[in-house]
Amino acid sequence: MSPVLPLLLALGLGLAGWLVARARAWSFKRAAPDGRLAALPSYHAWYAALWIAVPLLAFFVVWDFVCSQLIVAHVLASPEAQSLPASGLLRDTILNEAYGLATGDVQRAMNDQSNALAVPFREAISRYNLFGILIGLAIAAAGATWAFLRLKPDFAARTKVERLVLLALLLASMVAILTTLGIFLTLVFETVRFFGMVSPIDFLFGTQWNPDPMSNATNPDGDRYGAIPLFWGTLFIGAIIAMIVAIPLGLMSAIYLTQYANPKVRSWVKPALEILAGVPTVVYGYFAALTIAPFIRDLATSLGASNPSSESALAAGLVMGVMIIPFVSSMADDSIAAVPQAMRDGSLAMGATTNETISRVLVPAALPGIVGGVMLAISRAIGETMIVVMAASTAANLSANPLDSMTTVTVQIVSLLTGEGSFDHPATLAAFALGFVLFLVTLALNFIALRVVKRFREAYE
Amino acid sequence: MVMHSELNPPTEPGSPLADQTQVGAPSAENVESAKVKMRARDVSVYYGNKKAIDEVSVDVFSEYVTAFIGPSGCGKSTFLRALNRMNDTIPSARVEGTIELDGEDIYSSGMDVVQLRARVGMVFQKPNPFPKSIYDNVAYGPKIHGLAEGKTELDAIVEKSLTRAGLWEEVKDRLQDSGTALSGGQQQRLCIARAIAVDPEVILMDEPCSALDPIATARIEELIDDLRGRYAIVIVTHSMQQAARVSQRTAFFHLGHLVEYGHTSDIFTNPKQQRTQDYITGRYG
Repeated sequence: MSPVLPLLLALGLGLAGWLVARARAWSFKRAAPDGRLAALPSYHAWYAALWIAVPLLAFFVVWDFVCSQLIVAHVLASPEAQSLPASGLLRDTILNEAYGLATGDVQRAMNDQSNALAVPFREAISRYNLFGILIGLAIAAAGATWAFLRLKPDFAARTKVERLVLLALLLASMVAILTTLGIFLTLVFETVRFFGMVSPIDFLFGTQWNPDPMSNATNPDGDRYGAIPLFWGTLFIGAIIAMIVAIPLGLMSAIYLTQYANPKVRSWVKPALEILAGVPTVVYGYFAALTIAPFIRDLATSLGASNPSSESALAAGLVMGVMIIPFVSSMADDSIAAVPQAMRDGSLAMGATTNETISRVLVPAALPGIVGGVMLAISRAIGETMIVVMAASTAANLSANPLDSMTTVTVQIVSLLTGEGSFDHPATLAAFALGFVLFLVTLALNFIALRVVKRFREAYE
Repeated sequence: MVMHSELNPPTEPGSPLADQTQVGAPSAENVESAKVKMRARDVSVYYGNKKAIDEVSVDVFSEYVTAFIGPSGCGKSTFLRALNRMNDTIPSARVEGTIELDGEDIYSSGMDVVQLRARVGMVFQKPNPFPKSIYDNVAYGPKIHGLAEGKTELDAIVEKSLTRAGLWEEVKDRLQDSGTALSGGQQQRLCIARAIAVDPEVILMDEPCSALDPIATARIEELIDDLRGRYAIVIVTHSMQQAARVSQRTAFFHLGHLVEYGHTSDIFTNPKQQRTQDYITGRYG
């Protein structure tokens, strides 16, 4: 059944209930000796409308599942279904096709049997749709009766309506939490499947990463699934090179903005930095791949490196560092600004210069906040995908030379999942194990960072 | 700007100073000991276009405690902050007139504000120890001014400062604890120790007891009395009893003007101005 009809039904009946209940509440109000009701007429109206529309919609959601079961059962019981194959792919295909013919989604059937089956399907669909609407109307009527029996001048309709609104808000907030939980469970489930094929020891401590999606899926070679080069590449690009760029630049820009910049400069530079945070990472990615990486390769050649890679860890790390600057700078900015003015005054009154005040009092006092910001930035950097996909390579090298090509966990996840392997092959499942490790690491980093920042906030409140 | 050799501020007809009493003149018994440390003449402080202080002239004497009293918003803190150029940190603030420290104009281009603040220390209304150890709080000034050559010398300065601030006995076994972990009164004495560690000549105190309980207040007042012999102390206070207890000179500010300045005993027992009389007896403010 198309969802339009139940929606229209709920809307129409709800509106009718709303209008009737409001009119009734006004008549209560006129009849009441002091002209007062326990709740405003509009709350009476909403109470009735919700009692009609919500059960109706809830019923149709359930009915949608039940109905299709009933239709198939009806069709299978019909004489036309006797000639169906007992089981298998063909049986499902014919049933689907017949259903499509009945609803009009399919114009012409591939199997002759489908045409015959379409007749009982059509019959069943119209019958159960009618049933559904009748039951729905009955439920709406029941809801309306219940609501109207309870609506009296002294009925506290407002608290009931507010309770329902509260429930809706709670459900909305649960969506994000449940989604996180769902993601986590998916990862765990697939990771367990992967570790059933490849030992966790091989995965976590092996130094060769070379999964072959075309190999025999039932007996994978554990030596090809050593993720150490990926973890190292991720750390080297995201937590080392990017942070070498982002921490000093972010910190210095924060110090300049909070301590030296006059308000006019600040009002220009700060939004500009925030724009940097809003640039899509894909854009950074081609900046890294098309501009920075060739530049670094040419630089390395001119410095005498023989045959440098065109995809270097350095290029990806540098650009990622620039991308992270606004995160570090805005967290550092906030925490330096949160150091009370009294600290600054106290230091200046001792005859300290602005420089001494910043390096000896303000930065140490703001350090927990700055560290928290850096950790959030690292967790952001190691989860970053587009820049490294475009600028780093897919070759898993275990190397400390920033000019070498390297790969990261996120790059491998992308290449494994967009590859040609089937979804139950260990080479594809490895992506989930990698994602799981990444998820745990960034979760831990975020958790620690938030704790550190929170403790810092408490110190000054 | 004219240099005034006498202590009396210039009096011009019609100016707010015209009806001001002869101020600062040492009384007969201490003419000998009273030495002018800081001399402010016709000092006006502006915040943008707003005049917060109007032509105030005050002398601060060595070995005396000078109290600034007056209702909130009368400009006494602003004037105090002009004495060590802390108003420089407020971009819109502007100072006119002269303030001299030992005869040297502190607003002249030759005056290094870092040196000035080392000579004119400050204690704030709310205790503001740095989030460092007790030791590092006191050692902060000596370190940035390079006063100690080695660790032993620094230790000696820290001990001497804490002793003078009356805090040594309470904290000598926990010098590495955080300064912010002390009680409010201890924190304020730590801030005083921090200020005297750079061996200043003048100490400015901006309502140093307003965030403290009566017992801690009494300790700070005792301490101020002990320190008086060594430094010129200027204290801003809301409490007239405190001014009467700790100071030898009192200046009464009202709406940015200096109404009356003189011996504390005279101000409190025999004020020359009706406004001073009214404020002291609690008729306003």
